[in-house]
Amino acid sequence: MTNATHDVIIVGGGAAGLTAGIYASREGLDTLLLEKWLCGGLAAETTSVENYPGFPEGVHGRNLMEKFKQQAQRFGTQIVEYSGVAKAEPLEKKVKIKTDNQEYDARCLIIASGGTPKKVNVPGEDDFYGKGVSYCATCDGPLYKGKDVAVIGCGDSGLQEGESLLAHVRKATFIEFLPYMNAAKILQERLQKSEKTDFLLNHMLASINGEDLVSSVTVKNRQTGEERKLDVSGVFIYTGFLPNSSFLGGIVELDTSGYIITDENMETSVPGIYAVGDVRSKRVRQIDVACGEGTIAAISARDYIKELI
Amino acid sequence: MEAGKPIKISDENFEEEALKSEIPVLVDFWATWCGPCQMAGPVLEKIAQEYAGRLKVCKLNVDEGRQTATKYGIMSIPTLNIYKNGEVVDRIIGVTPGYEADIKGKIEPHLE
Repeated sequence: MTNATHDVIIVGGGAAGLTAGIYASREGLDTLLLEKWLCGGLAAETTSVENYPGFPEGVHGRNLMEKFKQQAQRFGTQIVEYSGVAKAEPLEKKVKIKTDNQEYDARCLIIASGGTPKKVNVPGEDDFYGKGVSYCATCDGPLYKGKDVAVIGCGDSGLQEGESLLAHVRKATFIEFLPYMNAAKILQERLQKSEKTDFLLNHMLASINGEDLVSSVTVKNRQTGEERKLDVSGVFIYTGFLPNSSFLGGIVELDTSGYIITDENMETSVPGIYAVGDVRSKRVRQIDVACGEGTIAAISARDYIKELI
Repeated sequence: MEAGKPIKISDENFEEEALKSEIPVLVDFWATWCGPCQMAGPVLEKIAQEYAGRLKVCKLNVDEGRQTATKYGIMSIPTLNIYKNGEVVDRIIGVTPGYEADIKGKIEPHLE
């Protein structure tokens, strides 16, 4: 790896980061993308992506993201996987990026570091992680063949991934804290029609119970206060995400939840540093939105670099 | 066995390869459908190479090793079980932020 200054460093190889890579490379910018694990991001863990335009039959998240990666590489984005960024430091007209074993300089930084599944923080959640508690239905669903499970959270992720469980489990009970579901209407309707599903709205997860493995969950009706136990072998948690912004150590402005604040050009409070995708403070988190943001950030970076030189 | 490389095992030879091994064994319970398992793969290849002769690294696809996976209560993949003298002595569930270091930390105390 040379010590030359890159035009753009992108942190994170999900939909937003890879799209930024495609656009930045096509602008002739020397573009390096650092990915903590393997490229693909959250989208790669989705069994069937149905709302990304261009795939009327739906597409497996991992296959879709593999194509994003190939497209970025085709135009010259250098991708380094297994390379988590530990620190970013803004200097005069450039940014220094440190991974565990490398240092890089860039004129611009595009942060596309996404989020990590949020815990519910109830008794049993940590103790039974991997013993019935899961944050990845795609990974663990097939291990629950013929069993009863609970899905916590009825947003898009909960219902979409919960639906992928129905191919394996005997019954899935969906538990939602709010009195209504936030998932797309079509998902709600499809799942409510299934004979394998049950819904408990306005209920909160109180605890996850068992001996060696999960055997039940306790849920509480938020209106009446009544508690009840559901016998389940698995608990799949989809209660949202936490932004991966702590490595920035406060160099850019964050909102109260830790998401990065940007303007409409995706620029953060520091000129030349951009934030895109799930780590950015906003309302809608979808693959196509992430792509749009990656595009805007790459074009903004191009214009910023033009001014620098 | 080819030294320094992970060995593919199944229900049929699990006992022979993992439980009856003379050196400690790291068994990766994984599956093709699991994204994080793909991420773990290269890290385990590195571990197999680095600890060649002192640690055996085995990969058990849970599709081919359902009985074994059920017997050891594998409910999330990837799960790494460490076996010494036929007993599970430690376990790592999921891919962790410092995966390679975490694996080393768990296997070192069991090596001769």
